[in-house]
Amino acid sequence: MDLQTLTYIVVGATFALYIGIAFWARAGSTKDFYVAGGGIHPVQNGMATAADWMSAASFISMAGLIALSYGGFGGSVFLMGWTGGYVILAMLLAPYLRKYGKFTVPEFIGDRFYSRSARAVAVICLIICSVTYVIGQMKGVGVAFSRFLEVDYDTGLYVGMTIVFFYAVLGGMKGITYTQIAQYCVLILAYTIPAIFISLQLTGNPLPQLGLGSTLIGTDVYLLDKLDMVVTDLGFKEYTTNVRLSSINMFAYTMSLMIGTAGLPHVIIRFFTVPKVRDARSSAGWALVFIAILYTTAPAVAGMARLNLIDTLSGDDGQGLVIEERPVWFQNWEKTGLLKFEDKNGDGRIQYSADKETNEMVKIDNDIMVLANPEIAKLPNWVIALVAAGGLAAALSTAAGLLLAIASAISHDLMKGIFTPNITEKTELMASRIAMAFAIAVAGYLGLNPPGFAAGTVALAFGLAASSIFPALMMGIFSKIVTKEGAIAGMVSGIGVTLFYVFQHKGIFFIPGTAFLGDTPANWFMGIEPNAFGVVGAIVNFAVAFGVSKVTAAPPQEVQELVEHIRVPVGATAAYDH
Amino acid sequence: MSPLNEQQAQEYWRRNLSLMIRCLVIWFVVSYGCGIILADVLNQIQIGGYKLGFWFAQQGSIYVFVGLIFYYAKKMGDLDREFGVEEE
Repeated sequence: MDLQTLTYIVVGATFALYIGIAFWARAGSTKDFYVAGGGIHPVQNGMATAADWMSAASFISMAGLIALSYGGFGGSVFLMGWTGGYVILAMLLAPYLRKYGKFTVPEFIGDRFYSRSARAVAVICLIICSVTYVIGQMKGVGVAFSRFLEVDYDTGLYVGMTIVFFYAVLGGMKGITYTQIAQYCVLILAYTIPAIFISLQLTGNPLPQLGLGSTLIGTDVYLLDKLDMVVTDLGFKEYTTNVRLSSINMFAYTMSLMIGTAGLPHVIIRFFTVPKVRDARSSAGWALVFIAILYTTAPAVAGMARLNLIDTLSGDDGQGLVIEERPVWFQNWEKTGLLKFEDKNGDGRIQYSADKETNEMVKIDNDIMVLANPEIAKLPNWVIALVAAGGLAAALSTAAGLLLAIASAISHDLMKGIFTPNITEKTELMASRIAMAFAIAVAGYLGLNPPGFAAGTVALAFGLAASSIFPALMMGIFSKIVTKEGAIAGMVSGIGVTLFYVFQHKGIFFIPGTAFLGDTPANWFMGIEPNAFGVVGAIVNFAVAFGVSKVTAAPPQEVQELVEHIRVPVGATAAYDH
Repeated sequence: MSPLNEQQAQEYWRRNLSLMIRCLVIWFVVSYGCGIILADVLNQIQIGGYKLGFWFAQQGSIYVFVGLIFYYAKKMGDLDREFGVEEE
């Protein structure tokens, strides 16, 4: 059977599965819609959280980011940053927010800071973070379709939107949760199977995590030593020690991703779905187990794919790949524009090097490291088809989680909470479905007409969550003295400083030419690049909030009691139905 | 509301914080310490094909994170039972 037919069958089967789940797990109440009835088992929730969390960026782009753009060791910021956030989540946020026991993140901020304005500010921060993030997922869906199924980008996007529409509008959090469990299984198989094959081919060790530290098959040279040698021969920095800009920058980058992870609303609300406070603690651990399977495999994929690629490019005699003899997969990916060469010296061979003047591989897209991996390793067609289904599962599951966070902020926080508090549960459920459909339409529109700043959006979403929502939640739980004025001023200044810093170096709304301070390390504050600035915004947020709280009237007694209440697990069920 | 009197509630919270801080120190040491600040020094040591600093940054820290969360969850469960505030 040819690859195209096989890909259609595998992707079609997974889509049928998702729609089937949507009909089976329809939401009957707002509690079903917002928190899946609060009855999800912690291991299941962990799996759903993992799928929710691992986006198109994790699945398709991360290995390439590590291997190519961040040159090896520098890419560790993603590995540590996107996993270490769960430690913060499990200890500092999830159990207390679960004990609080309501439906949304702005709802907690509104209650704890006894202010509808605080809730509204939180809704705005949430929508800014989630919308910037969802654009990237919609693009991921379109791209995955167009590359694997050879339909055009727009058609792919419409198909993706329809599928999400089915299970998210019908099932709300309940439908999304069970679909995400299925999507996790698809994406993790699709990621690990090629990795295992490649690890076996290169090192004879079936576990990629161990393979990366092993010797190459038939030699006593370690894989990483060989990799260090070949990249330095080409003029790149040594793979295993290549620091991203500076240690301070790597520190700030990792910290921004960690606290951004802990502050992203679509991740936090997943912990509202488990029955008990202690489930929230262990569920974060399960989520990280499922995430770690991919995140410890990714660096192996990165190192091995880089080695394979260099090996292919150096040709049989090490003098460069003869253009006429380049492999079929190479030609296929040239068509998509992900690979591009230019025979500058006209010798009929491709020479790859770090020197821009003589390098003839003018384009190697990061995504190629995962997408072309099975072909480079000559794996059977069904594995390639599975990778297509895995990439789509990763993008769809994250999009659905983000859309739910947006929809519930609109129907539960803005409508029920602020503008029309008297609506019945039935009306609210209808409103949340409409809000979901609306959010899908907006996300789809932005996917079809990506704004100029789409490329920088995922990193920006983390910076914004890190500088606005995370500090507000921390102060809400760990301090009784932070006042509503303090919290609002903190959120506004934290997100403001971060946006300002990003805009001054990257352009106002990323419009080229409006960056009034150039995007060069010389102009960066302490050498911290804009993507890593969320942590500084968070520090500003904390400082402003405590400063303002000192000069405003202390929070009322019942708020101090609320803080006492959420710190102790018992009594969560009583607080639950409201 | 809470079955704890004020003094017990304070003690429960203090013990929670101290457990939390111990876990966060380990969290910091394995990632920011071994994976970033001390990576150069640790890279002098090699385990199999892995330089140790590189291993912490791309593998080790993640394994420790997983262990930490379950350790914290277990210890907090014990603490909840000791103070009689566990859920049925």
